[in-house]
Amino acid sequence: MPIREDQNRFRNIIKGRVRDDFKKYVTNGELIGKREEEFVKIPLPRIDIPTFRYGPKQNQQGVGQGDGQQGGQPQQGQGQQGSGQGEAGENPGEHMLEVEISLEELAEILGEKLELPRIQPKGTNNLVTEKTRYSGIAPVGPEGLRKFKQTYKKALARYISSGTYNPDDPVIVPIRSDYQYRTIKKTQKPFTKAVVIYMMDVSGSMGEEQKEIVRLESFWINTWLKKHYKGLETRFIIHDAAAKEVDENTFFKTSESGGTLISSAYKLCQQIIETEYSPDEWNIYPFHFSDGDNWSGEDTRLCVQLIRDYFIPRVNVFSYGQVESKYGSGQFLKDLQKEFAENDQITLSQIESRDKILDSIKDFLGKGK
Amino acid sequence: MANLTLELETERKKICQVAKNCGLDFFETIFELITYDQISQFASYGGFPVRYPHWRFGMEYEQLSKSYEYGLSKIYEMVINTDPCYAYLMEGNSMMDQKLVMAHVYGHCDFFKNNIWFSKTNRKMMDQMANHATRIRRYIDRYGYEEVEKFIDTCLSLENLIDRYSILNGPVKFQEKKPDTRETDYVFKVERSYMQKYINPPDIIEKFKQEQIEKMQNKSQFPVEPVRDILSFLINYAPLEEWQQDVLAIVKDESHYFAPQGMTKTMNEGWASYWHSHIMTRHILNDSEIIDFADHHAGTMFMQMGGYNPYKVGLELMRDIEDRWNKGKFGREWEDCDDVNERKHWDRKLNLGREKIFEVRKLYNDVNFIDEFLTEDFCVRNKMFVYKMNKETQRFEVDTRDFKAIKAQLLFQMTNFGQPIIKIENANFENRGELLLQHVHEGLDLQPNYMDATLRNLNTLWKRPVNLVTIMDNEPQLFRFDGKEYTKHSLTAEKQNVSESNDKT
Repeated sequence: MPIREDQNRFRNIIKGRVRDDFKKYVTNGELIGKREEEFVKIPLPRIDIPTFRYGPKQNQQGVGQGDGQQGGQPQQGQGQQGSGQGEAGENPGEHMLEVEISLEELAEILGEKLELPRIQPKGTNNLVTEKTRYSGIAPVGPEGLRKFKQTYKKALARYISSGTYNPDDPVIVPIRSDYQYRTIKKTQKPFTKAVVIYMMDVSGSMGEEQKEIVRLESFWINTWLKKHYKGLETRFIIHDAAAKEVDENTFFKTSESGGTLISSAYKLCQQIIETEYSPDEWNIYPFHFSDGDNWSGEDTRLCVQLIRDYFIPRVNVFSYGQVESKYGSGQFLKDLQKEFAENDQITLSQIESRDKILDSIKDFLGKGK
Repeated sequence: MANLTLELETERKKICQVAKNCGLDFFETIFELITYDQISQFASYGGFPVRYPHWRFGMEYEQLSKSYEYGLSKIYEMVINTDPCYAYLMEGNSMMDQKLVMAHVYGHCDFFKNNIWFSKTNRKMMDQMANHATRIRRYIDRYGYEEVEKFIDTCLSLENLIDRYSILNGPVKFQEKKPDTRETDYVFKVERSYMQKYINPPDIIEKFKQEQIEKMQNKSQFPVEPVRDILSFLINYAPLEEWQQDVLAIVKDESHYFAPQGMTKTMNEGWASYWHSHIMTRHILNDSEIIDFADHHAGTMFMQMGGYNPYKVGLELMRDIEDRWNKGKFGREWEDCDDVNERKHWDRKLNLGREKIFEVRKLYNDVNFIDEFLTEDFCVRNKMFVYKMNKETQRFEVDTRDFKAIKAQLLFQMTNFGQPIIKIENANFENRGELLLQHVHEGLDLQPNYMDATLRNLNTLWKRPVNLVTIMDNEPQLFRFDGKEYTKHSLTAEKQNVSESNDKT
């Protein structure tokens, strides 16, 4: 249908808009709310071609029909909107358009915008998966899978080689041995698996806004990693003075009031990796978000030690994001900076506000690890 | 062409015959049965099977097909004003729906053929649209997709700047510049030099010269009269390349084609609804379908709060006119009658109703239709009111049920068919070749951001600065875009100056 051409053009324009206003979409939680399995729905105001037209005041007055006193609210009638659309529509409504963009495309835009390098998975070749596709050919098989073209070719070849082919009467009758069928062919593909372990401080000092920032960041990080790892798993750990593993929903909703022992989360993370994700097979991405408060210098030293001795040798990159909050001291980031100033396998990022989310994502993913 | 099933074709013949017997007069009407996907496509193309490539059709399609898939809306009927008329039925609609649509469509077709505002319409528009598509594709091949698309966007931004009332007059002719009057025009040839001052008396020559200078000055006032048909003006006078001129002409052509449909929306829908209701209830429906019909009809007539339903208003007015002319409720005698009881039982048994509505459908457009036939009785009977946004409570409230207010509001909505009136005052503003537009302010401001963008587009075509005089926030202002910068300044101060100087004199 010719309309497809226009539709594709329109979708490209939309993608262009998303690209142009990318920052707005990154910091807009609405987008993530409309997430489906493979794509997100992006709410867009209708793209209008500007014309001279009346301002919105016009809509504030009109003629209606029905009961009601002067000054009273007009009775809202019950009913359904029936047959619309006479000839050509000339009054475009003020609808919101919802346009679907696949996560793959979104990741591409993200990568393009932030100039993110592709991730080099480690240990890629250790693991292979077998994929089966109907791309092979076999002399036997069910009739439903018979390949007519190949069968014909084979029969033709037989006729020609046996000298019975007559160009004036090109009748080809395939016999049993000419038959060709589609069949399963196994292909081997290197398979890369990755796990992202999100840890978040849910103590009293982390407010709604801070959590929203973490939610947005984690969405974009996931989108980017998913592009590179077909099998991506995510785990969630929350902690105050003690840590526990939760599901995604709980992760963003929980609010505790206790103190903060960051090492508790790191220990739990370590435990999860040890029991379920062998570093030989998995690309491991621990992300930790907090407002930078920790209970004691003692605990911070424990954390540093865990990162250096346990995480760094085993994970692709260890990331820590510090979300600014009114109550947090922000000390933890400084401590880590002091310890790991030169280390390539740990990324530290400070997120002052929503506007800094993009920068922070770039910090995290910019190393291509 | 038509691919109706036998059952549908039988019904179509029946309905067509009934419509003809009712006095409807239409071009041959070809119905096609198509899927919702196709109907969405055609609807996005404004009813046509082929249009030039442009993203806005894709956007339309995206929206239509989505809202159908989500069950939000459904297009029942679509008909194109051509000869023969093409109309589409959607596969999978119930038989009752199909019959209703067919009856409705015959109403539209009759209206298209007979209403005076359609008399100049190109009835071969289907071919014309296809030609437009070919031409635009050729330009795309030559100048590139983006380039042409960008230019189409610019043109579409000015799409509504046509003179709807001049549609009946055919192509607009602009008064051309007055010919350069050179001296030879009024200085006579003199064979003998001593005769010079008698044949060409110096004081007379001087007078002519003065006149000529005046004329020259007047020439800076171009166009001589303000121009409503801005699109045509630009096609003629904007410094465009040939292909750009052609694209602009295409946009104008299509805009002209669709304009009468916008001008007669209420009447057209009212007329078609009148006839579908008449044909269906009296001739076509069988007993089992009557409830479905009533339900569907009521759904179509439903007037949403805040929405103006042309189907409803048009239908009721048509019926009202028929009733009044049947009973003789018109003319001096009727107007002068104050007796409530007498008015109520007024019946002169004239039976002119049917004749009258046929006349109305021939001669009127929405504006004079409402102006002439909306009566106080009608407004009371239909419980009409004007609503307003109450700024304190942030909700709509019934403002008044006063007849004059209702009529004024309706007419206002329809003035220039909902489009602001913009004229070219001067194409050589300040003698610098700038364009000066005047917005005839009727109580509503233009939407500022759209205005800015449109001025920009106008500048793209005109290539010289463009100016627009309008009233914004109760203050006359001049907006100017010179290709780089956007400026505005208030005209109030100048006016005051003028009035002050007037005082002095």
